[in-house]
Amino acid sequence: MQKVCVSGALIIMLLVLSACGAAAPDPAAISQAVRETVAAMPAPEAPQISVPDPAAIAQAVRETVAAMPAPEAPTAEPAATPAPTQTAQPAPGSSRLDTVLARGKLICGVNGGLAGFSNLEADGSYSGLDADYCRVVATALFNDPDAVEFVPLSAQERFTAVQAGTVDVLFRNTTWTASRDTSVFMDFGPTIFYDGQGIMVREELGIAELEELDGATICVQSGTTTELNLTDQFRALNIAFTPLVFEDIDATYTAYDTEQCDAVTSDRSQLIARRTTLAEPDAHIILDAVLSKEPLAPAVAQNDSRWTDVIAWSVFATFQAEEFGITSANVDTFVNSENPDIRRFLGVEGEVGAGFGLEKDFAYNIIKNVGSYGEIYDRNLGPDTPFDLARGPNDLWTNGGLLYAPPFR
Amino acid sequence: MAIETQTAPPKVRLDPVRWMRDNLFSSWANSILTVVAVALLYSIGQPTLRWLFTQADWGVVIANLKLLMVGQYPLDQVWRVWLSLLLTMAMLGVSKGVWSQVVGLVGPAYVLGLTLLAVQPFPFYGLTNRLWLAACAAVLIGGWWLGRRYGPSLAFRNGVSWAWVLLLPLVLLLLRGIEPLLPVIPTRAWGGLLLTFVLAITTIVFSFPIGVLLAVGRRSPLPAVSLFSTIYIEVFRGVPLVTVLFMFLIMLPLFVPGSESTDNIIRAIVGFTLFTAAYIAENVRGGLQSIPKGQYEAAKAVGLNPFLTMALVILPQALRIVIPSNVSQYVSLYKDTALVVVAGGGMLELLGISRNIANQPEFLGKFIEALVFAGVLYWIFAFSMSYIARRLEAELGMSKR
Repeated sequence: MQKVCVSGALIIMLLVLSACGAAAPDPAAISQAVRETVAAMPAPEAPQISVPDPAAIAQAVRETVAAMPAPEAPTAEPAATPAPTQTAQPAPGSSRLDTVLARGKLICGVNGGLAGFSNLEADGSYSGLDADYCRVVATALFNDPDAVEFVPLSAQERFTAVQAGTVDVLFRNTTWTASRDTSVFMDFGPTIFYDGQGIMVREELGIAELEELDGATICVQSGTTTELNLTDQFRALNIAFTPLVFEDIDATYTAYDTEQCDAVTSDRSQLIARRTTLAEPDAHIILDAVLSKEPLAPAVAQNDSRWTDVIAWSVFATFQAEEFGITSANVDTFVNSENPDIRRFLGVEGEVGAGFGLEKDFAYNIIKNVGSYGEIYDRNLGPDTPFDLARGPNDLWTNGGLLYAPPFR
Repeated sequence: MAIETQTAPPKVRLDPVRWMRDNLFSSWANSILTVVAVALLYSIGQPTLRWLFTQADWGVVIANLKLLMVGQYPLDQVWRVWLSLLLTMAMLGVSKGVWSQVVGLVGPAYVLGLTLLAVQPFPFYGLTNRLWLAACAAVLIGGWWLGRRYGPSLAFRNGVSWAWVLLLPLVLLLLRGIEPLLPVIPTRAWGGLLLTFVLAITTIVFSFPIGVLLAVGRRSPLPAVSLFSTIYIEVFRGVPLVTVLFMFLIMLPLFVPGSESTDNIIRAIVGFTLFTAAYIAENVRGGLQSIPKGQYEAAKAVGLNPFLTMALVILPQALRIVIPSNVSQYVSLYKDTALVVVAGGGMLELLGISRNIANQPEFLGKFIEALVFAGVLYWIFAFSMSYIARRLEAELGMSKR
């Protein structure tokens, strides 16, 4: 009796532990599966720990459970069938759009702790580029920039939150990648910020090219693909370096500032923002070399084209507004414009908005309440902010940038 | 009193030079140790103090006091948080009056702290908040007086015990609201220290009875009960807390369709409770094992059935023994609530808010100030908890046995 009980207990424990253990940061048995999945996912991440994406975890759980001897399978069944695809698939004919319209409020997943993109203000509101884009979508839907509930999400849980329907859309400095578009079951909207990985060094070192960093110690944040990009690029260039890895974004820059490493690598926007917080901001330069492409785009659950369309064209409306030179201040003067493109865009004539299931003047509402891309950018990252980030690729195609909206007709 | 023939030792005149020679420089070795220790203290203390008072930019904390305390709780409803604090302080005061030895210096220290916060000269917060702080100090003193006045009455003491039990549901109801009397504040808006307390206290309250049941269950002669308890305890003790939270906050919606609508805070509390209960169970089991067999036999001899034996004879003794280990479990739980930042779920408790406010563009990188402030808050309440537990232990005569 005693023996049966003990061995039974051990078997069940082992099963539950293996199922649960897959979610723990580093059990050796599943780390390979997790690493592979994570390796395929560049993540321009802010202060996060190095835990893999939930989809990767689910995959790992499935693999681990599948690899176990069969007899006790029933116990492990709940863990064996996470099936995120099913939760991600809307029922035929229904769309997240209907859910959101019925609710009367957009639930928007954000970072919450990344200056300039989405951060919590002292009064409890959110500000930043991502946060403003949540307001853009909310305005398109309800003509009310405040009809949005922000949910701060960690890097690990963000995709699960979309798949499970906890949030309607993700504006969370998320890089658009192939694997996320496919095996993580996301669909992406237009890129709202083109970023890339860069390297910051002390000016006194006189370094201008990557090759000159041979033998350097480089501070890097773990849990992002920043580290992987760094290794890839440096191996390709045959440069020897010592990575100094930190889990926390603040620790990374503190280490750099206290000269524990010669250089620090991260997304260029972050390097520029963080340079202002160093002891002597002017003593540091950011190299011209860009190590990776990081297009930050909104993400929604896949196979819901009505909802994806609303997100995409709300974003395009802000691009188009800047191209037309329309801002929140002067939008009312454009309502009487003779230009048929502008009249269609603002909903003065035509029924462009109706095609999305929105008001025909949704673009007017967006511009009036939140602004054009240029306004949103300047408000959060522009010259009047501590970041003073040059537009670079985040400028209109007419100005040599990458922002390009298809025609509203 | 004929025994008192011994005279007190003669009072030594307090002479600092003499004292130092006796205690710090009594030998060569001690002199060197003293010098080294002083140098060490200075080298650590001087930069720390200099940083605290001259270099640190506390603007990040001052500007975000409300966020740190209650998160995004609507400003016009914050009176409900204050009222909850007021009720708690009143209960603390009454308890100080009734069980003066147990509460000890926590009562006066809180009165002093609240009063200082109410009258401090810096314009960190407005008059309303000062009045609330003063009111909290006042009800603490009022409750103290009330407790002293009626403390000897057994009915009053029982009433106070029951009031403590009712306080938590009452406060939670007050914070959440109830339509149509009070507007409901979604728990998404709860944050900061408030959320830390809600998570910790609710977990403590729920995990204790579950833990005791599991401990008793593990020693049960019924194989099904003892097997279940053993498996439960060993599973939850064998898994890291952050994993349990991960399961409840992130994985659950994938396994259980529909569960994504469950409140995140409730999911976190369930995770914390299940985990802590396993540890409490093991602590209590230790206590149960230390009760000599004679106690069971004696209970049987008086004719008590097994249930009453447990409830009236064994548990009261066992639980008293395990106070220290349980309290240290609770203190570590209180600090572990910060793990929700890592596990996710969109909850911003004290640590989460502290990390986020250092990312406001105007305070970018001021994370040390925010974390130091959070650390001090954690310490104040963790220390209060262990202090009261130590007094409770002494009061229950643990050391006198």
